[in-house]
Amino acid sequence: MSTNQTAAAFDGLRPLTELQALESESIHIFREVASTFASPVMLFSGGKDSVVMLHLAAKAFWPSPVPFELLHVDTGHNFDEVLAFRDEAVAFYGARLKVASVQDYIDDGRLRERPDGTRNPLQTVPLLDAITEGKHDAVFGGGRRDEERARAKERVYSLRDEFGQWDPRNQRPELWSLYNGRHLPGEHVRVFPLSNWTELDVWDYIEAEKIALPSIYYAHQREVVERDGMWVAITRVTPVRDGERTELRSVRYRTVGDMSCTAAVLSEATTVADVITEVGTSRLTERGATRADDRLSEAAMEDRKKEGYF
Amino acid sequence: MPGTVTRPAPRTATPGRTLLRLATAGSVDDGKSTLVGRLLFDTNSVLSDTLDHVEMVSKRRGLARADLALLTDGLRAEREQGITIDVAYRYFATPARKFILADCPGHVQYTRNTVTGSSTADVIVLLVDARNGVVEQTRRHLAVASLLRVPHVVLVVNKIDLVDYSEEVFTRIATEFSVLARSFGLVDSRCIPVSATEGDNVATHSARTAWYEGPTVLGFLETVDDTRRAVGSEFRFPVQLVIRPQQAPSAPWAAQLPAVDGDYRGYAGKVESGRVSVGEEVVVLPRGSHATVAGIDTPDGPLQVAVAGQSVVLRLTQDLDVSRGDILAATDAPPAPVREVNATVCWLAERTLAVGARVLVQHGTSITKAIVKSIDATLDLDTLPGALPEWVDADALGLNDIGRVRLALASPLPIDPYREHRTTGSFIIVDEADGWTLGAGMAGVSALAPPPHQHTPGKEAS
Repeated sequence: MSTNQTAAAFDGLRPLTELQALESESIHIFREVASTFASPVMLFSGGKDSVVMLHLAAKAFWPSPVPFELLHVDTGHNFDEVLAFRDEAVAFYGARLKVASVQDYIDDGRLRERPDGTRNPLQTVPLLDAITEGKHDAVFGGGRRDEERARAKERVYSLRDEFGQWDPRNQRPELWSLYNGRHLPGEHVRVFPLSNWTELDVWDYIEAEKIALPSIYYAHQREVVERDGMWVAITRVTPVRDGERTELRSVRYRTVGDMSCTAAVLSEATTVADVITEVGTSRLTERGATRADDRLSEAAMEDRKKEGYF
Repeated sequence: MPGTVTRPAPRTATPGRTLLRLATAGSVDDGKSTLVGRLLFDTNSVLSDTLDHVEMVSKRRGLARADLALLTDGLRAEREQGITIDVAYRYFATPARKFILADCPGHVQYTRNTVTGSSTADVIVLLVDARNGVVEQTRRHLAVASLLRVPHVVLVVNKIDLVDYSEEVFTRIATEFSVLARSFGLVDSRCIPVSATEGDNVATHSARTAWYEGPTVLGFLETVDDTRRAVGSEFRFPVQLVIRPQQAPSAPWAAQLPAVDGDYRGYAGKVESGRVSVGEEVVVLPRGSHATVAGIDTPDGPLQVAVAGQSVVLRLTQDLDVSRGDILAATDAPPAPVREVNATVCWLAERTLAVGARVLVQHGTSITKAIVKSIDATLDLDTLPGALPEWVDADALGLNDIGRVRLALASPLPIDPYREHRTTGSFIIVDEADGWTLGAGMAGVSALAPPPHQHTPGKEAS
């Protein structure tokens, strides 16, 4: 990883490029939150959006270190490659990471495994507990408005009540670049510095800034099975089912989440440039292609957000 | 999809691609959702799984073909009730530009949403139904565009197919609109005949409007001049935080970056307008002390010049007391810190604003207490067509009202006139008790006609 010269190459005569403008806006948001909230925390999973967020946070406060902790809500169903990368990235940027473990909650009976085996919806409880314990009044998330219909309505600063709930009908208007983070005790604000980024912007930025990602974002051979129109990897939490035939295919992941609900796409893209070409011509959305949890109902994401999920 | 022109539209960027922000506004049933859906569709920004979903729902509703308006209905209640509740942000791109579109609902709390969407917009896309022409809502939207100083306005004369692609109808509407836009002080306005449903003149020129020689909607958006943003007006830099590392950063990432010395002290912020160079003298407001820029730092290396839109760290040659809330400004025409400000306020909340109310004013990176000294007038948007909206006497502001307000400030704020500085001339009014955003304020004399009883015209903020 090394930085590029996007800013330094600027001659002051032309408007900022798309990536310069997006980077600058995100840095502005990070600085606003760090200066006006008592105890911000940033969600960090090691996935591409959170790695880009960490890179932006590091740039926002340079030459000081990132002034807040990172938090990973580990479902216990994460890819080993991603967990290993997560810790490497934290060390690389000199950040501090806390981990809240869904497995701990299941082990001591505070949460129960769902019949469908997916653990994504179970993250909400440990997340809200960690927010309460850390007295966090601002929580950075990597959500982008291009991801999903309900997210198109999300503000950069999104006020949550003490139950972590989002009320889309009752959001503060957000004017100019004046972000209003005032909240009552017990409430917190979810902040989305990547709101205006698209999946392609994220990849263009990864290319421009030479940002490293977990290996599973690039094409590799994996034992998979075609299930409900998605390519599901055979793992300890997604074993092969009766009557299914596994295949060794060249795949990669467009999103990285819980193994129980994240599927791969067939791909030969081994470099960032290959991925950019592939994403630029893909006819499927990022979540539509690979996220089983969004298919639970027509308003799956909206419902989970209202409950306090990101 | 019938009527569709397939565009070989790669969504990937060309080097140096720029970003344009736009907002839409229109009355109910002008076809705004369809136009937005069409822009997304024709720029290849709608992927097939989303489209499959739209086709499925359209079929279920008994429609003959996919209803592109469904692409933009995000929330369950919107889909169920067929209404749009709040501003939504959409993204589309062509090789030339990336677009951020604030999709503002036309009928629920229209002013509030249009104000919100327009505050950051470079272009406002207004819609009318070709069968109805310019209506009262158009005047309201134009008034907002004018007040918010949106640099470019484009009128989409939609449903041109329903008036048989009539040049005469279009010319009549376009003429009325440009007279109106000029009277509202909007210099850059343009009209385009469109059928969003059929795709005429959205992304490709339509043979059915051969008489029209101007650009398509997308063509206009791709080429509208945005250099103004970089050049802008005088330099303004609200300080967000002071960067003073306690120790040299030791992480591997930082080791690749420019080294800084032990007593580094820099001011982090975003250049809101103008530009600044190393060696230039600046004034620190509200105190008024002068300093010279010693360096412009970024993790990508030092800069000689920073311009509007860039987040940087500035170092000064003099050791001054500068902190969050201060503004670094050009020594040429800096804003005078004021204890009282006259402003045009768009009221965004259900609760009423009355004289004597105690509120918070958030301006740049500072927040101060304020008391409403007077409410002088509200803008009556129902004035006869062709005439400027009138300011009428008022003593309170309700939801969606636009009024002239005088505020006393607990501490001096260097507020610019909004007409010259969209960022440092704007502020929000916040409820002291529950933190809610109540109003959008624009300092100085309004773009529209001044109110009847103005105390000291624009002086406080200029």
